[in-house]
Amino acid sequence: MAEKKVFFKSLKDLPKEDFFVQGHRACSGCGETIAVRLIMKAVGPNCIVITPTGCLEVVSSPYPYTSWAVPWYHVAFENAAAVASGVEAGLKALMRKGKLEKKRIHVIAIAGDGGTADIGLQALSGALERGHDFLYVCLDNEAYMNTGIQRSSSTPYGAWTTTSAVGKIMLGKLQWKKNMPAIAAAHDIPYVATACPAYPLDLVNKAKKAVEIDGPAYLHVLTPCVPGWRILSNLSIKIARLAVQTGIFPLYEVEDGRLHVTVKVPKRKHVKEYLKLQGRFAHLTDDEIEKIQKRVDMESEKLGLGPRET
Amino acid sequence: MAKRIAIECSHAISLAAKLANVDVVAAYPITPQTHIVEKLSEYVADGELDAEYINVESEHSAMSACIGASAVGARVFTATAGQGLALMHEMLFIAAGNRLPIVMAVANRSLSPNLNIWGDQSDMMASKDCGWIQIYAENAQEVFDFTLQAFKIAEDERVMLPVAINFDGFYVTHVIEPIVALDQEEVKKFLPPRKIPSYALHPDHPTTWGPIGLPDVQTELKRQLEEALRNSKTVIKEVWKEFGDMFGRYYDFFEPYRLEDAEIAILMMGGHCGTARIAVDKLREKGEKVGLIKLRLFRPFPDEELIKLTKNLKVLAIVDKAFSPGGLGGPVFTEVKALFYDQKIKPEIVGFIAGLGGRDIRVDEFMVAVERAKKVLMGEKIDKGFMFLQVRE
Repeated sequence: MAEKKVFFKSLKDLPKEDFFVQGHRACSGCGETIAVRLIMKAVGPNCIVITPTGCLEVVSSPYPYTSWAVPWYHVAFENAAAVASGVEAGLKALMRKGKLEKKRIHVIAIAGDGGTADIGLQALSGALERGHDFLYVCLDNEAYMNTGIQRSSSTPYGAWTTTSAVGKIMLGKLQWKKNMPAIAAAHDIPYVATACPAYPLDLVNKAKKAVEIDGPAYLHVLTPCVPGWRILSNLSIKIARLAVQTGIFPLYEVEDGRLHVTVKVPKRKHVKEYLKLQGRFAHLTDDEIEKIQKRVDMESEKLGLGPRET
Repeated sequence: MAKRIAIECSHAISLAAKLANVDVVAAYPITPQTHIVEKLSEYVADGELDAEYINVESEHSAMSACIGASAVGARVFTATAGQGLALMHEMLFIAAGNRLPIVMAVANRSLSPNLNIWGDQSDMMASKDCGWIQIYAENAQEVFDFTLQAFKIAEDERVMLPVAINFDGFYVTHVIEPIVALDQEEVKKFLPPRKIPSYALHPDHPTTWGPIGLPDVQTELKRQLEEALRNSKTVIKEVWKEFGDMFGRYYDFFEPYRLEDAEIAILMMGGHCGTARIAVDKLREKGEKVGLIKLRLFRPFPDEELIKLTKNLKVLAIVDKAFSPGGLGGPVFTEVKALFYDQKIKPEIVGFIAGLGGRDIRVDEFMVAVERAKKVLMGEKIDKGFMFLQVRE
């Protein structure tokens, strides 16, 4: 078994200093920026962050302002992992050839679900296969929120988006969500984990562990989106918690191929507890909700999560 | 010591990149790749070149990885061709806009369809507005020298722009030619290691790169790129002069051939200039006052220098190996026409599109071009001023 190292016993162990700082233009209640702030606290200043085009890039860098207290680079939409590959390789070559002082600099790509599961998947797969020493974080808000809530392959079944409309014969997205962490894990990389900002201690420990590991690491973070999910801004953390408690978004690590659930759910809540708080699911019939529940039951069983509450 | 060797043109570029002691090579073997990156892989595997060799999964990622590596201060090289360059298109603009001194060899090849991996210049010309310095080479000696010079030009603090060294797919890439190669000591004297800029990505001095730029800053950003690219002419001249002083091979934006008393000149870029010279010789034997202008620098375009060079000409016959469908002719032709529009004294400018998709341009075809250009001088009209030289109708 891999070593169970706890980097932070409580949130008080995190540095007071922020490296993703205030003043950015995210919506109130944005799950993404809460997650990024925590991840950056966990990782610390000794890093280079690459962000592809998306919400995070847009809210954090309107020239001449920046929310990044660490070196940060946005290049394009589909290539965060490829740019990170170049950054990592460049640092490695310069340090080996004595042109740059030798020290460990964490290379971190932080992308959205569209930039990861859709347009950026090829670049990500290439970088994972090549084994670059970097962390790739997918902030999964389950659609293209920056451009106006369009469906991605990471959008869940039944969800309304502006390109999976709710109409007379179609009711939101017709397909199941792409299992991106499983795809990352299929590359046999040292570390894959899921996290969400409702379990901040779990999140920061995973982020820290992921950057400390040699080789590629992948962290998939569920980040509720207030306008995209049609939720109240004071409910994003509660909804993220319900995603875990219903078994819809289980929190686990895959280390050297072994999966380990990090936040146990002894009694799973019914999925409707999660769905009913979100406008994007408001049109779902009881039958559709049961269909989703069955799917979650099946997935939960595979992961060894607890039974559903009755 | 410099020594004369026989080398495949592609390998001449690999050798130059090795002598430049590049830190990172990122390349993808899309159809059609060349032997450039294969040789570099051998150099790295043999320990002759200490570089990170990134086997990226696409040309788009090749340029993306080059961008990342260059942003931390590494000396970066890649090579591509045809479809691969087209796939890189988006990233070319970012490399230039972010002022990254990447050097890339482009084995100029046609774009699909049909799948045609043979030579013409439609690949680079489709990306001509990307903000890169674009140099066209004719032979192995030029590609070798231009590659070494490119790093020095690109990394100059007054420039900080990527450079594309263009040379013809197959007609030049796959040909073995004699060159005078430089050794490591000579290259070291000419080309010191890249100085890592103070704004390079590093935790010791955090910088934000590639932010979102709203309409209030975009015009200024683009204008800065325009000025940087235009001003790079001075540095290109300086570097080529320094290279000439050190190694005896001097280069200029143009290489004129038998131009002194010429009334008609062929103007073109790349490997077919060799054939054009033979055509010029044959026409000269017949008493025709014909010359050739080989254009080496396409971006920044040497405008005033071309006006000066052509002041005694009556006709310029411009041969392009690319064109813009539905447009007004080949890229060099339209550029030159625009340049001369407001000149009081100007030659007749006639455009020819030839050599597409690897079709050779023969000596007699150059002679046909000159003949047509002469007819234009006598008053013959060609629709829009340009024509396809070799099309079967």
